[in-house]
Amino acid sequence: MRPTLHTVESPARTNATARTGSPRSGRGEPGTRRRSSAQRWAALAFIAPLIIYLVVFYAFPLYRNVELSLHDYTPRAFVQGNADYVGFSNFTDVITSNAFGVAVRNTILFTLVSIGAQFTIGLALAVFFRNNFRLSGTLRALFLVPWLLPLIVSASTWSWMLNSENGIINSFLGAFGIGQINWLTSPQWALVSVIIANIWLGIPFNLVILYSGLQNIPGDVYEAASLDGANAWKQFWHITLPLLRPVSAITLLLGLIYTLKVVDVIWIMTTGGPGNASTTLAIWSYRRAFGTGQPDFSQAAAVGNLLIVFALVAGFVYLYLQRREERS
Amino acid sequence: MTPQRTRWKTALGIFFTAVMLFPVYWMVNVSLTKTSDMRADPPHWFPWNPTFEGYVDVFNQQLPNLMTSLIIGLGCVLLTLVISAPAGYALAKLRLPGKGSMSFLLLIAQMIPSVVMAMGFYAIYIRLGWLNTVGGLIVANSTIAVPFGVLLFTTFMSGIPQEFIQAAKVDGANTWRTFRSVVLPVSRNAILTVSLFAFLWAWSDFIFASTLNRNGDMIPITLGIYAYIGNNTTQWNSIMATAVVASIPAAVLLIVAQRYVASGVTAGAVKD
Repeated sequence: MRPTLHTVESPARTNATARTGSPRSGRGEPGTRRRSSAQRWAALAFIAPLIIYLVVFYAFPLYRNVELSLHDYTPRAFVQGNADYVGFSNFTDVITSNAFGVAVRNTILFTLVSIGAQFTIGLALAVFFRNNFRLSGTLRALFLVPWLLPLIVSASTWSWMLNSENGIINSFLGAFGIGQINWLTSPQWALVSVIIANIWLGIPFNLVILYSGLQNIPGDVYEAASLDGANAWKQFWHITLPLLRPVSAITLLLGLIYTLKVVDVIWIMTTGGPGNASTTLAIWSYRRAFGTGQPDFSQAAAVGNLLIVFALVAGFVYLYLQRREERS
Repeated sequence: MTPQRTRWKTALGIFFTAVMLFPVYWMVNVSLTKTSDMRADPPHWFPWNPTFEGYVDVFNQQLPNLMTSLIIGLGCVLLTLVISAPAGYALAKLRLPGKGSMSFLLLIAQMIPSVVMAMGFYAIYIRLGWLNTVGGLIVANSTIAVPFGVLLFTTFMSGIPQEFIQAAKVDGANTWRTFRSVVLPVSRNAILTVSLFAFLWAWSDFIFASTLNRNGDMIPITLGIYAYIGNNTTQWNSIMATAVVASIPAAVLLIVAQRYVASGVTAGAVKD
């Protein structure tokens, strides 16, 4: 989830890694039974479709992508498959191009502001919903709606709301005497617009994860603090935040990984424009490959591979944190 | 907590939810607005003069696309389940070398940007002649759901008591029989959660559709909306009506399967 929505695409990770990966986990079948080779073959038969699937539909496309980035693929060579090997020159071309600095800056802004705001708002709402009141469950479920909608739906709705002449947002601001803002068409507002839409998309995910993290904090900790005379603010600062730290770290990292990948929201709202005003690395890659009539797959793939490297770094940090949490 | 205070909290909660869902309300409102009222200043806050012309357009033009999305969604669910349920069982309960590295690979697989996958698929499909085919889109979309599915099944099936499986073995069932008649029935919730997400992601996909199916005869609804925006910048009521119709599966699933949605979102991100 979308993360792209979805973006947001969805969180998915499990503690299976630790459970199956570490012999110290102490779980597992009694080791006294003798393994029969038939059983081992059965196990292999069960996992074989997945292995074949991963090789054919994951490893192969990725290999093709690396290959694209190391060759000079003109659209013609792309079909015929006879491109020249150029080593890392696609990467150097990309990094030295004028748009690169802008795209990196936009990616950093888009990612950090998005996950910062999503997390803060999500946490505030999670704390609020922790008090059970009438309808709280229903309202919490309704908060999932933005996360479930197809991204094209959310993005086009925001486009219309932010429309310069007829958008509800300008009309609302106009009531306070603020003049017309060209949200999607002016260089200084385009990035702000896509960030606003993306924050809205990410709130549900943060709310749900942080809420279930809060559920795991025992209530008597709070009761003890109340007896000691700690007010709500103090309780939040000295109990909630420290105890939620592992979950927070995981939420922020997943947010980072998903936000780096975002294409659809930005592409539908602004196509990365005007100029390069809302172009992130992912958008740049998408535009180079598919967004113009002149596909340049080699440079697009080079940018895509840079993105993978960033995501992997974040991924390893995430795994490290998770392992650490499981040990504690 | 006095009733007075909880009532005040409920009111506040309703207010927050209303603010959050305002864009969704606005989408519905605009979809019912007459084209002539579209440029009204200030915009109509409420469709007091509703029209269904937008919805008529949807049914005249977008019905085939909705069917295409449905086929892709169901195909994706099927492919995802076939691959991930047995694999999840193997990782959870059977003796396999290299289990840890498999889980690790699946985690990494989910971090790969879709735009990169799309380029790789494009390069492969152009040779295979799979561009603009429904089958090609089903395969591409399933790459979003399969790693998630395997991890979810692994977690869930690890929780199945060993006695269940032992009992089946004692009765003389082989691994496949055990899987089919013992493991799958008790994994109903996991199957539902994985199916739900596989369907929703395939239904909502824009990146793969817009790159691998740009000139197809059968386009999914997401591309239908996108093409519509490109062609009619004035027909916002029809665009929004299409958006409302495209949101129906999400809304229905949220209503009937809310529990599975929430459990899928947090799948493992927090220990239950």
